[in-house]
Order: sequence, then structure tokens, then C-alpha cells
Amino acid sequence: MAGLEDLYREIILDHYRTPRNRGELDAPAVSAEGHNPLCGDEIRIFVDVRDGIVTDVRFNGSGCSISQSSASMMTSAIKGKPVAQVKAIVKKFKSMMTVDEDESPVDESLNLGDLEALQGVVKFPVRIKCATLGWNTLLDALTAAGQ
Amino acid sequence: MSLDVAAIRKDFPVLHRLVNDKPLVYLDSANTSQKPQAVIDALSNFMSHGYAPINRSAYQLAAEATDLFEGTRSALAKFINAPKAHEVIFTKNATEALNLVILSWGRANLNAGDTVLLTHMEHHANIVPWHMLVAERGIQLRWIPLTHDGQLDLSNLDSLLQDVKVFSFTAMSNVLGTINPVQQLCAAAHKAGALAIVDACQSVPHQPTDVQAWGADFVAFSSHKMCGPSGVGVLWGRESLLEALPPFLGGGNMIADVRLDGFTTAELPAKFEAGTPAIAEVIALGAAVKYLDGLGMANIRRHEIELSTYVLNSLTERFGNDITIHGPTNPELRGATFSFAFRGIHPHDLSQVLDQANVCVRAGHHCAKPLMRILGANATARASFYLYNTQQEADMLADALDSASDIF
Repeated sequence: MAGLEDLYREIILDHYRTPRNRGELDAPAVSAEGHNPLCGDEIRIFVDVRDGIVTDVRFNGSGCSISQSSASMMTSAIKGKPVAQVKAIVKKFKSMMTVDEDESPVDESLNLGDLEALQGVVKFPVRIKCATLGWNTLLDALTAAGQ
Repeated sequence: MSLDVAAIRKDFPVLHRLVNDKPLVYLDSANTSQKPQAVIDALSNFMSHGYAPINRSAYQLAAEATDLFEGTRSALAKFINAPKAHEVIFTKNATEALNLVILSWGRANLNAGDTVLLTHMEHHANIVPWHMLVAERGIQLRWIPLTHDGQLDLSNLDSLLQDVKVFSFTAMSNVLGTINPVQQLCAAAHKAGALAIVDACQSVPHQPTDVQAWGADFVAFSSHKMCGPSGVGVLWGRESLLEALPPFLGGGNMIADVRLDGFTTAELPAKFEAGTPAIAEVIALGAAVKYLDGLGMANIRRHEIELSTYVLNSLTERFGNDITIHGPTNPELRGATFSFAFRGIHPHDLSQVLDQANVCVRAGHHCAKPLMRILGANATARASFYLYNTQQEADMLADALDSASDIF
């Protein structure tokens, strides 16, 4: 049986206790809302995309330590990056979570940094949806931004 | 007579399973209950030695299967004190039972501007079908609010019932544990000229049920919460109302005649039982009814009042303000289902930590999102006890809760 130490790594709990980029962004930034219908977790991701670059990103909502810390780490990982690279990071993360749906290759050279700490979530399959909630919502927000 | 819980536990094989070398503490019976050996045997015996279609073949095997199937219907009628067995309709679950009565009765009787009264503590199964009628028919929904301790606020019941066509409510909240005064609510509905529909999913497994004493018009509940198999729900309705109710699903078994230009419906109960039902599961539900009857529903209720008293006292003594238990504090007014918030730890994280001690609880919105919003949470943890649970298991829950604070 997988132990809780695989799930609740210190870096995860740190992002849960002290979330980065929590808040909202005003227009022209756009946002998207995500729900986990199984547990009621809610999240809203705000993105400001200028000249193909995610210049700012924020999130708010409420949820468990995994959904909140994953969203926090995600915002840190993508802020200031070109949209194409952001999408590659999303793809790599979803691949790590075993829920990458399309066939295109994952960019193995990308370094997920702190996000690697979430790898343990895979051992708790029910929680994968918690970890990916913010990421799927980010994709919706990018779509709303015309990306 | 008090329950011999040690003997009861022997009847439930899964309770003896060790998970990771530790005993299982199953506190999720409001979600779905475990099954006694008698139910497992009934299912297995029928599948092994008696499986056949019902209602449509002359051979002995089919006749025996039909008798067993109808035996459950008769046993259930007695169990809930229904006047007639053919008033008991089998569906695939309680959600379908509620959809049957809400959509079928609603489409035949409700028009734009008609008002339906619900409560803030309903399960989605008693909300969403009504929302569908709002979209389809333009009906209006009105809601009974809650008191601070999670009971229905009935102070304005008569005015809320004014011009209401249907009052549909839960007999016991799956989140708060609150037991509602069903008899009083049905009487108030009828005085206002409204139909009374009762969602009895949480109450039928846990206390004696008398649909005639309730004075209800329709009552829905499920097999899987009362020690029976999943895949079976029950709708009871007054004979005259069921006779007048249009059919819900069309197909085999529910017709008297089918022509190129139309059909006529079968008599009750077949009229509402289109297609092949869950034959084996219904038969095994009969064994569950017999099992519960043998123990006595009043005894089960008393056991759960004792357990509730213990759970409420021990958790509040041990954790004080660190724990918020929703719903009534008086064990006589509630079932042994406890939704709670603990030390600000998210319910999902809490249930994950409890799982390390094999303590099985539900974390989430419990299919009652409107109520969650009123409670100011998007989820709660819920521990729900049943006839096989013990005070010792309540202590194991408390120990496991304490260990969660080490992480968060």
C-alpha cells in the first residue's frame, strides 16, 4: 500500500498552506471555471495572454490540498512562458498523471521542477482528478483567450 | 430488545476482511450498506439453481422464479405497511423511482405557473427532475429553509404550502441525519390540497416504516442501502394514484395490448415495470427484508440512537471546537449519519488519512450541492453508522481523525 508520505510531500503542503498567485485578474485577462463533480471542488483560472505569452496567471476557488497545491505550482511553472511552451508543460504534466489523451509526443526535455512532487498522486488514482482540475481549467482559460 | 451486534457482525462476511492486516471500519452505509450472508446466499442460490425469466413462461423453473420475485413484493408491502402488494413498483434505483413519479405525474398534472414545494436538505434526485419540469413546463419551485441545527424551519409551513400542487421532501437527510416529521408534513400537504412525495432512502433502512400512518401519496427508497443488492429501487404509491398515473417507460411487460396504432397498459404493478427487471437482485432483496424484519426495525432504530448518543458525546468531548458536526444534537431527532468539519482539513484529505486506518467515510457534496452551499462548504466528510457498527468503531474514527492533524 502506498503511504501518505508519497502523497503529501512537503513541497505540496507548502503550496497548499502558502498558495502562489492566488487571486483574480481584471479584463482584458480572461478566466474559466472548473468543477470536480465527484467532490465539489471548484477552481477558477485567470490568464492574461499578450503577444503569445502568458504574462500573468491567477487562481481562486476551494478544494483539497492536492487540487490547490497543484494549481499553485502550475501557476508558478507557466507564468511568463509562451503559450506553446505552456501547452507542452500541460501535456507533460497530464502524461505524468497518466491522463494525457492525445497521441502527439511528450517533450521529455521539459523539466517540471517542483511539480515532480505530485508524481505520488498516481498511486492514489481517485486523487488524479484533484491534481488535474486546475490544468484542465487552464486549457479552457487559454481557449477563452483565443489560444 | 437490544441488538446483539457481535452476532450481527458475524452475518456480514466483508466485516471480517483485513485490509493491509487491519480490520475494516465501514462507516459509509448512508452511501451503500454491506450485505449479510443471507442476501449473498439468496443471490447465489437463485443464480446457481433457480435462474429463469419471470411473468412470461409456463415451465416450472419460470413459475418458481416468478413466485420468488413476487414474494419480495409482498414482503416489502408488509415491511412498509402498504395496503396492497401491487402498489409496490420495482425500478432500477430510488433515483429512477423519484423520476418516475415526478416526471410522469408532473407531465400529466403540472402546468406553467404551478408551484412545487421542496426543502433545502434534498438529494439531487429530488431536485434535478423538478428542475427538468421547470424547463419543460414552466413550473415554479419553492423551498423550506433550515434552522441553525439543521432541521426544517416549519414556522411558515402553511404559507409556504399555499397554492402548492406537490410537496416533495426527504424523510431523513443524507447529509445532516435529520429525521423529518413525515406524518405532520403529509397532513399539512393534504390540508393545502397538495400531493405528498417522500424520499425515504435514508429512513427505510434504519427505522420502522408505515406508509399508511405517514399518510404519504408516494414513497421512494432503494434496496442497496437496506442490506439488499444494488440495481433495485422501490416506488410505493396509493393504488388510485398509480392507476391514474401515465406509464413512464414503454416496452415489454408493461402493456396489455400493442397494435400498429397504439397500446394499452398492463395492470399494476406491471404497468410501471417495462423490460426485464433485476430478477436475482429483487429476489435477494427479499432476503434482506426478512433479515431486517428478523432483527426488528425498532431494535435497529434503538441501536442507532444509542450509537448516535455515543458518537456525538465522544467526538465533542474529545475534540471540542475542533469538530463541527452538522445537524440536530438530539439523537432522537436524527439518524446515525454525521457530516462534519474537522480542524479546517479538507474532507478529501481527511478521508485519505482515515483510509490509512481503514476507516471508510465519504467525502464530498453527497449529491446535495444546494445544501452544501447553505452550510458554507463545498464538501463535508461523512461518517454513517448502521446496525453492524459499534462504539469501538466510533473510537477508531476518533483516533484516525486525531492522526490527521500530524500532517496538515
